[in-house]
Amino acid sequence: MTASGSAAAAEFARRRQSPVQQLQNHLHKRPWLSPLLLLFITFVAFFIATPLFLTAGAMGTLLQQTAIVAALAVGQTLVILTAGIDLSVGAIMILSMMVMASLAKDGGMPGLLALLIGIALATLAGLLNGLLVTRINLPPFIVTLGTLSIFTAIALLYSGGSSIQAEHLPRILNFLGEGFGIGAFRLTWGIVVVVLIYAVMAFVLSQTAWGRYVYAVGDDAESARLSGVPSKRILLAVYTVAGLIYGIAGWVLIGRAGSATPNAVPTANLDSITAVVIGGTSLFGGRGRLIGTLIGALIVQTFDFGLSLIGVNQQWRVLAIGVLIVVAVAVDQWIRKVKS
Amino acid sequence: MSTMEKLPLAVDHIPEAKRHIYDAEPVLSARELVITFGRVVGLDGVNLDLYKGEVLAVIGDNGAGKSTLIKCLTGAYVPDSGSIRLEGSPVTFRRPQDAREAGIETVYQQLAVIPALDIASNLYLGRETRRKGVLGSVFRMLDKGGMEREAGQSVQDLGIQTIQNMGQAVETLSGGQRQAVAVARAAAFGSKVVVLDEPTAALGVKESGMVLDMVKQLRDNGLAVILISHNMPHVWDVADRIHIQRLGGCAGVITPQSHDMGEGVAIMTGAKTLSG
Repeated sequence: MTASGSAAAAEFARRRQSPVQQLQNHLHKRPWLSPLLLLFITFVAFFIATPLFLTAGAMGTLLQQTAIVAALAVGQTLVILTAGIDLSVGAIMILSMMVMASLAKDGGMPGLLALLIGIALATLAGLLNGLLVTRINLPPFIVTLGTLSIFTAIALLYSGGSSIQAEHLPRILNFLGEGFGIGAFRLTWGIVVVVLIYAVMAFVLSQTAWGRYVYAVGDDAESARLSGVPSKRILLAVYTVAGLIYGIAGWVLIGRAGSATPNAVPTANLDSITAVVIGGTSLFGGRGRLIGTLIGALIVQTFDFGLSLIGVNQQWRVLAIGVLIVVAVAVDQWIRKVKS
Repeated sequence: MSTMEKLPLAVDHIPEAKRHIYDAEPVLSARELVITFGRVVGLDGVNLDLYKGEVLAVIGDNGAGKSTLIKCLTGAYVPDSGSIRLEGSPVTFRRPQDAREAGIETVYQQLAVIPALDIASNLYLGRETRRKGVLGSVFRMLDKGGMEREAGQSVQDLGIQTIQNMGQAVETLSGGQRQAVAVARAAAFGSKVVVLDEPTAALGVKESGMVLDMVKQLRDNGLAVILISHNMPHVWDVADRIHIQRLGGCAGVITPQSHDMGEGVAIMTGAKTLSG
């Protein structure tokens, strides 16, 4: 009797869903759908606005511009999935970049060694964030606000505030700025590296137990612990892997910018957080997909690139991004209230 | 001493059909458990025997030590003194994982399910199985299909009909269904003992009934079940024996046949003492 009764109840519940509820359900299952739609609309709008936009050359430039923020946003996604936030993304990237460049130029170190030390340093910086969060139990916001200043200051002190031009650097440090053309469409090795980071991390997050634990810790740390998930170890690993990715982003940045400059990409922190949030990952942790972050990073850069292409005041871009963030968080709150 | 004296049972009041359960050795036994928190005595020399195929309810007023007792048995607390035996061999649980690995599963009051993950993921959380071959060993790939099938089987074994789709996120489930997921997880992995801490506390009448049916099913599947509850009608409905905690000690073990609810509550509050 209960079987037929509950089946009938389920049938009843199915029928009662309005189109709005169905939309809510779809977004709940696929939180990257709305950013994808938004990216599409943005593309169509700029395509209508200027014929220059949808050309191979312009698309290549757009991707190169997106690469840095997209790479940083991978680490940021990991941290935000655990219900944290990382304000030190830009600082760690700059620190590793300046150390790589200085060691190679002033220290006379072989390029590969300088590169590895720079990336290792970024990984250690991430580890430090993780230790402060897990051992001293400080909120991630406070920890990374502190290390933001610390790492920025170290990078400035170490480099003396001056930038190092690419021509003084060994080829390997500039290598990610090189690339190959497919017609007018130019793809750099930096873009390839960033795509690889996405592929590897998307696999880890969706296909391994470690990835599942990242979501579990972010959604409900105490329940995860009671279920036998090593919450602290997962958190520590998340911040460390994030540091590693920021280090690689520093390498990509040298190639992209053609120099190592201590005050490069001043908007890195906010842009990476914006990409994650617009991409449908919840700031409250436990929900989101890496593909959404990639779409989010593309949206941010498309606004930037498209508006400058049609010669509109940059403040409109800032305003539009601000509106997007608020809308994205509101949509997230709404789809969390889903009922089956 | 390799064997422990069994505690005396209120065996006259155990129905004939169930007597055989108590002829076997207890699955889990605790002797003279003592734990103190500063100057507060949490447990004052508590004894307990738990048999395969029974539901032992633990009741008691707030602060009587029922949660403390359970936490000592499941590794959340380490008792100051006393001994615990599992299937006759002495065990020491330093962490909840130790007890879990020994075959004791706990369903916590706060449920310990992850809302954003689906049912299969929750059932296997912390115990994921990987794909066979290189995909599993090198790429650490999860065997999602296998876990989903097994999860479906576990849920079916408990006779839960309201949960069909193992890929459904837990947050879309009702309170009773979430509880069912937590119980199903314990049942799937608890090879010897399942401990349920207030499983019906947050549920409505119908959902409580469903969870109580699951508790009976666990027992009938041959597990030893400890049920902590404040709800006397539920206790009297499913329990085979009832362990009454009072002021850190055991005020007695009764059966639903030997005493009615009123008497049970009287013993629990100290208005009456158990004689004999």
